[in-house]
Amino acid sequence: MGNITFIEKNGEQHLVAISEDQSLMQMAMDNDIPGVDADCGGQCACGTCHVIIEDKWFSKIGHVSDTETQMLEMTPEQAKTSRLSCQISVTQEMDGMVVRLPEFQM
Amino acid sequence: MKTFSEVIEKGAQVIPGHIQIKSAHLLQKVKRKLGQSRPMPVFTESPAADIDTLSIEEIDVSNPFLFRQNQWQSYFKRLRDECPVHYQKTSAFGPFWSITRYKDIMFVDKNHQLFSAESGIMLGDAPEGLDKIETFIAMDPPKHDLQRQAVQNVVAPKNLKEMEALIRKRTASVLDRLPVGETFDWVDKVSVDLTSMMLATLFDFPIEQRHKLASWSDVLGTNPEGNGGEGSTDEVFIAAAELIKHFSLIWREKEAKLAAGEEKSFDLISLLLSNENTKDMVKHPLEFLGNLALLIVGGNDTTRNSMSGGVLALNQFPEQFTKLKHDPSLIPNMVSEIIRWQTPLAYMRRIAKQDVELNGQLIKKGDKVLMWYVSGNRDERDIEQPDQFIIDRKDARKHLSFGFGIHRCMGNRLAEMQLRILWEELLTRFDNIEVIEEPQYVQSNFVKGYTKLMVKLTAKV
Repeated sequence: MGNITFIEKNGEQHLVAISEDQSLMQMAMDNDIPGVDADCGGQCACGTCHVIIEDKWFSKIGHVSDTETQMLEMTPEQAKTSRLSCQISVTQEMDGMVVRLPEFQM
Repeated sequence: MKTFSEVIEKGAQVIPGHIQIKSAHLLQKVKRKLGQSRPMPVFTESPAADIDTLSIEEIDVSNPFLFRQNQWQSYFKRLRDECPVHYQKTSAFGPFWSITRYKDIMFVDKNHQLFSAESGIMLGDAPEGLDKIETFIAMDPPKHDLQRQAVQNVVAPKNLKEMEALIRKRTASVLDRLPVGETFDWVDKVSVDLTSMMLATLFDFPIEQRHKLASWSDVLGTNPEGNGGEGSTDEVFIAAAELIKHFSLIWREKEAKLAAGEEKSFDLISLLLSNENTKDMVKHPLEFLGNLALLIVGGNDTTRNSMSGGVLALNQFPEQFTKLKHDPSLIPNMVSEIIRWQTPLAYMRRIAKQDVELNGQLIKKGDKVLMWYVSGNRDERDIEQPDQFIIDRKDARKHLSFGFGIHRCMGNRLAEMQLRILWEELLTRFDNIEVIEEPQYVQSNFVKGYTKLMVKLTAKV
């Protein structure tokens, strides 16, 4: 079984075992990863599950919808590989992926 | 005949904004005398009918006295249960749809391609002559996105962190001046003063003149035509002209300082000045006025009424006050619960851009649609024991008060921080904040708030 690593802004790392059929946001919430608020509960409507994906994984984890792009543009810490974690379905192929958390959710 | 907005936009380069607003006001007065203006709705308070005596068609939640008379809960519960997407044909504001369940509200708020914000956020129209005011909360993409991006950084969490010490200091100075053991008005002495102080800080507005911000906000935020509030169109014009005059001066001063090579200060006007998309905003009085009004009203009424609402809630649920005193670490979660329980802005309005079927009803293209956050926040289907105030509620953050989607409240983190600091500082000073008479409420179908909340403080021993 594969793992995904979440890294907080302060450098702290959290290795989490992949369980399929859920979103990356849900996976972070289920494992109490600090720094994900997910106010809207996974509807792509609040922008508070923002994560920054490692460059080499960005193109492999699915398409960014227009709505998601708009929500990400409201985030001051937006980076080139920013995503809303509620819009990413976790699969075993993501074994080894590194996900960084922003300093704040907004 | 040319519209006022055309005249105003044309004159913008040469005539100061406040003079243009005054001219528009004069023109409006003449039109009124000639009987050419829209009739002004008049609202006289009478007890709202018991909900059980009304047919579904008769229910009119635009009544600006429902909050004051504490009837809103039974009215909205009936709509949620029997007719969650409800059409009112004959209100004083014309026909409109009410969306009252949590999930349906989320649907409308998310789908800005189906529901436009362009024509305004209140049920009624803005006063004639000021109805072409432009503000990004009432814009659709792409213009909305550009204007919001220009100002959103001022309230980004990173900057808030830097402002926290200053806000705490100012909060403490207000609280230290409060009389202990005497009856006083919490709205006036705490909620209004703290929120206008915050606004003055964000705008770099002279702190000793902060009461002006509060009074402009009150006049612009409630009026008969927009939401059934008190006040008059004349007052709105006068406040708008004063506001533009003050802020144009601040704008020009900051512009001159920047041109002279001074370092950019971190306030909303400086941010607008230094952004490519908004640097000429002062030349477009309707856009300048609209965005200032948005930031001032948005940052004022909302936080103010949550500051009062929290005190009232803890009085109505005293066991929660005890819980809070035993565990102050609950404050951040309580802040979200206060914002849900209060819901300081009752709704946002949209216009359907096409026919949309929602929960069995057909909303036609062009119809007005109100998303009643105040009802969604009490929807039993999505929120457990919704009428209870529970400071350690699980998922307290999922409330609708900030809206969802691209118009989600930009100042949400600032509001949460102001409320958190207020409660942290209150708990270190006072053992009790006792509400000693029934509060007085704002007359409005939009602003859910208080005009008076008499309290007595007990010092901490």
